[in-house]
Amino acid sequence: MPLYYDEDQTMLADTAAQFMAEEGAINKQLRHWRDRDCPDGFGHALWKQFAEMGFTGILVGEEDGGMGMGNVEAGIVLEQIGRNLTPSPFLTSSVLAATALKEGSADMRSRYMPGLISGDCVFAVAIDEGAKHRPERIKTKAEKSGNGFKLSGQKSFVIQGASADMIVVAARTSGSDADEDGITLFAVPKDAAGMEHDSVRLVDSSMATHTKFDGVELDGDAVIGEVDGGREILNKVLNAGRIGSAAEGCGVAGAAMDMTVDYLKQRKQFGKLIGEFQALQHRAAHLYSEVEIARAVTIKAGQLLDGGSEKADLMVSVAKAKVGQTAGLAVREGVQMHGGIGMTDEYDIGLYMKRDKALNEFLGDAYYHADRVARLSGY
Amino acid sequence: MADLDIFREETRSWLEANCPEEMRQPVRDEEDVYWGGRKATFKNDAQKAWFDICVEKGYTVPAWPKEYGGAGLSAAEAKVLRQEMARINARPPLSSFGIWMLGPALLQFGTEGQKQRFLNEIARGEIRWCQGYSEPGSGSDLVSMQTFGEDKGDHWEVSGQKIWTSYADQADWIFCLVRTDKANKYQGITFMLFDMENEGVSTKPILLISGNSPFCETFFDNVKVPKSYGEDCPGQVGEVNRGWDVAKYLLGHEREMISGAGGGGLTSAIGAAMQRHVAKDGGDLDPVLRSELAMFDVDALAYAAMGEKFLDEMKTGRGHPAQPNMMKYVGTELNKRRHELMMSAGGSRSLEWDSEETSGGKPSRNWLRTKANSIEGGTSEVMLNVVSKRILDLPGA
Ligand SMILES: Cc1cc2nc3c(=O)[nH]c(=O)nc-3n(C[C@H](O)[C@H](O)[C@H](O)COP(=O)(O)OP(=O)(O)OC[C@H]3O[C@@H](n4cnc5c(N)ncnc54)[C@H](O)[C@@H]3O)c2cc1C
Ligand SMILES: Cc1cc2nc3c(=O)[nH]c(=O)nc-3n(C[C@H](O)[C@H](O)[C@H](O)COP(=O)(O)OP(=O)(O)OC[C@H]3O[C@@H](n4cnc5c(N)ncnc54)[C@H](O)[C@@H]3O)c2cc1C
Repeated sequence: MPLYYDEDQTMLADTAAQFMAEEGAINKQLRHWRDRDCPDGFGHALWKQFAEMGFTGILVGEEDGGMGMGNVEAGIVLEQIGRNLTPSPFLTSSVLAATALKEGSADMRSRYMPGLISGDCVFAVAIDEGAKHRPERIKTKAEKSGNGFKLSGQKSFVIQGASADMIVVAARTSGSDADEDGITLFAVPKDAAGMEHDSVRLVDSSMATHTKFDGVELDGDAVIGEVDGGREILNKVLNAGRIGSAAEGCGVAGAAMDMTVDYLKQRKQFGKLIGEFQALQHRAAHLYSEVEIARAVTIKAGQLLDGGSEKADLMVSVAKAKVGQTAGLAVREGVQMHGGIGMTDEYDIGLYMKRDKALNEFLGDAYYHADRVARLSGY
Repeated sequence: MADLDIFREETRSWLEANCPEEMRQPVRDEEDVYWGGRKATFKNDAQKAWFDICVEKGYTVPAWPKEYGGAGLSAAEAKVLRQEMARINARPPLSSFGIWMLGPALLQFGTEGQKQRFLNEIARGEIRWCQGYSEPGSGSDLVSMQTFGEDKGDHWEVSGQKIWTSYADQADWIFCLVRTDKANKYQGITFMLFDMENEGVSTKPILLISGNSPFCETFFDNVKVPKSYGEDCPGQVGEVNRGWDVAKYLLGHEREMISGAGGGGLTSAIGAAMQRHVAKDGGDLDPVLRSELAMFDVDALAYAAMGEKFLDEMKTGRGHPAQPNMMKYVGTELNKRRHELMMSAGGSRSLEWDSEETSGGKPSRNWLRTKANSIEGGTSEVMLNVVSKRILDLPGA
């Protein structure tokens, strides 16, 4: 498969670019909700518009009413989300939760997919139990109880946990903390008794919760896939989420770079455009190179994932690590080359810096994934 | 698609039947590379057999048209051939500046007569070429070059000095930038082709920090360069005084080649191999070195994806024409980093300068050689200048 978008993908990219620039623009969404201290961190009206555009069900199979597309296409939408810092549940609902639900029974899919596709529902995914991404260790327990399970434990930094109508929770049904096996995924509805959310606002204005499960009673039909067989599904969910956040990171990096290069062409100091100074030109050209490479490997990893290649795990981590490094560089250089104005809230470049920080941490930062690349390569 | 699958099958069995076992191993040293030319000798029978069969098949230059010694493969077919050769580690049957640089320029700018003669000679490995661009006072600022050719009617009389001419002492012919109009900077340069055995041409090797000297100073002392080598075969490529266009085009190819985007081997991960290397000595990777290797592998694998994207885009005319400059910049910086890490993982062993164990100090000599990657063919700084001006459109000073 060639490493550029085909005709349909190009059309999707154009559509998403226009939509996000108009409806998802920073002033209209991110700043708007942030300045109102919105407890969701995003606007539900926009989420409905996502549905009208056909984005919400992009990864959902056609038999379930979705678009039946792949991670490359989800990435195309996410790149535009990243460029405009558009806050939405797309990554958690349409990418992570949808990937989990695709592994569920027909009954489960018909329970949740329609709400996701129509934009009436928001889903979250709860994996991590601490401040760093460590999905290898899962402590949260689900014990057999009657026909169902009793869920106990806590999850940290569940993005949009409080806004979610349902949370996909990875819990341990057997074995000990660091075991590969014995993981089960559950679809836990919002109104389940014994669930407690402690909401926190993150640096990028997104909302997360620390969620406690205190003997939450779940029916047997809350299980996604097989009991004790959740690790494989979890890995699919993680791959989709990681390549998705890499794609969003490419958008963040690209937009931060474009803003910066534009600024270099406008700002005059010492009687010259600052873009004439070679010290800045070389840094900009270096940044451009890194952003192009990050995009290339993100598309590559997405294609491998969609094609079911055995190299997908490795390349997804390469992409997440590369984008993590690159987007970090883009926002740091962006703020620095904007000079003092880059430090002001009024200018958008700082918002990119904040979003990058949150995205980079999400599902494993560049260090986590470089380490994973080493392990997957056998060292 | 189906046609391509058939081609792959055919290629695979052809390689199976024709590529000798000895030629299915990574290139280890200079001797393993066959450069062709009047002074060339084969290292062994296998190298000769592999070369001969490839010439016959047009596989020394697979993508060139058949009438010029190629196999006339489409870009997609050529990619399949590359992949299949890489799969069995097949060595290139012939390496040469004629293939990488002059050939593409002739295909673009040459006359029919020049193509017939020179491309076929290159494809059959008969003439080894070298590149006469740089001068002592003109490196990055190449267009300031001074070597002068005076018009003597049926020939030019060329005098001046070139430097850094790779393998000039082993080359048969040179493609050379010569100033033919002193008043005109860009439009006063002619791209000439001539025999290094002409009277007045002399070369002197330059010893590099790697202890090798494949580079030369090249001197021209009233060298007679014919204006024509026969019907429809002028002694210059492109028009007189318009050689800069040819030179620039050719530099693009050179940069792609040095960047490894053309399928070179500098884009793979090395961490696992370094781990094995260290383990052989009974040790472990230091955690900090391990992490640097991991970050390198991330960058190398990501760059490999970029290389693939770059080639895909080139084929369809997408992508920016200055993209090779970006590829060259990143690829060469990566290659230097690779060798720094390999030296570190090798420890004191890799310091050995001429031991048998290190095949004559290969690790350190290679490490030192890579330092030229970000200088030869245009420095990293010059690449960044091009990217910032031509792609990012930043204002000139
Ligand atoms: C938090 C904060 C507090 C401050 N407090 C004070 C204060 O109390 N009093 C006060 O007077 N000022 C204050 N300043 C202003 C500060 O001194 C300026 O922001 C600083 O001098 C940079 O100028 P600038 O913002 O106009 O950036 P610019 O000069 O526009 O620079 C933009 C970018 O171009 C680069 N650049 C500019 N010229 C060159 C060149 N020749 N070569 C290479 N690169 C170049 C810069 O390094 C920067 O990356 C403050 C600024 C900040 C952010
Ligand atoms: C191993 C090797 C093989 C080579 N093979 C050949 C060959 O076969 N044929 C041939 O013709 N030439 C060859 N060259 C020459 C090569 O093309 C030149 O060395 C190269 O173009 C750099 O020129 P220079 O060495 O004169 O350095 P200079 O141009 O003097 O550069 C010195 C330093 O200044 C920097 N610099 C220069 N201009 C700028 C600028 N505008 N902005 C910022 N920084 C700048 C450079 O980046 C570099 O760091 C070879 C060189 C090497 C090392």
